[in-house]
Amino acid sequence: MLNRSLIGKEYPPVVFNIEKQRLKFFSKATGQTDPIYFDEFYAIEQGHPSLLAPPTFLTTIGMEKDKPYQYLEDLNIDIGQLLHAKQRYIYLEQVYAGDTITMKSTISDMYDKKEGILQFVIFTSHYTNQNQSKVAEASSTLVVR
Amino acid sequence: MEGWNYDNANNGDQIPKLTLKPISRTILALYAGASGDHNPILIDLNFAKQSGLKDVIAHGMLVMAYLGRALTNIIPQSSIKEFGVQFCSITEIGDTLTCSGFIREQKNNDGHKLIILDLEVSNSNGDKKLSGYAKVNLRIL
Repeated sequence: MLNRSLIGKEYPPVVFNIEKQRLKFFSKATGQTDPIYFDEFYAIEQGHPSLLAPPTFLTTIGMEKDKPYQYLEDLNIDIGQLLHAKQRYIYLEQVYAGDTITMKSTISDMYDKKEGILQFVIFTSHYTNQNQSKVAEASSTLVVR
Repeated sequence: MEGWNYDNANNGDQIPKLTLKPISRTILALYAGASGDHNPILIDLNFAKQSGLKDVIAHGMLVMAYLGRALTNIIPQSSIKEFGVQFCSITEIGDTLTCSGFIREQKNNDGHKLIILDLEVSNSNGDKKLSGYAKVNLRIL
């Protein structure tokens, strides 16, 4: 059973500079074919300030913490037993290369299914840019098998 | 963006499908680097076996990124207001994934069209890897 007293636990904010090279690498890794994601001249021609961060890129920010899997220690979970169950984003503003994004995450809920065989933990993350505008909110549900 | 004629679309209409190259170890290694997700069950065969899997598995977020591509291939990214998925089964090395979707619901609102899309990614055997939805707000041309 996961330690449910950790519901509500907040993790220290992560500040992440969206770099062009990182977006290009992400494009390559996901087989991206639309040049607004990897060709800056094309992106600007299309009216964007720079390369556009694709819809799921924000999740990479959480991986840039000093200890991205600190929560596994907190919850006493073996990384080999962890799977991603659900992911959701709500988008408020576009994110571009050159932006500085601050992410704040909280353990927002835990539940179990199949009489405790499957344990679920939900993280809610809020993302703001350098102008203090909220750009997105994300919810990740992880399952311990 | 390839464009998709949503102005006269009906509920149930499919969006253009996107079929990807088969999942390879190279793709998983590149995605691990690009996403910063170095979870060893995704990149280390020995670790995956110790964890009770027969091989490394694909990052769920890689599959969701492909589904995001299927959306931004046909509509501007700025029109996507919400995008969510549920991972249904493990994606394995060699899986050839296809992203598909259809219009569940739509309504016109002040020069815009709000559309809810039902989305899915499956392999070539028809095994569902994830199911999802997107809420999009498109300008009526």
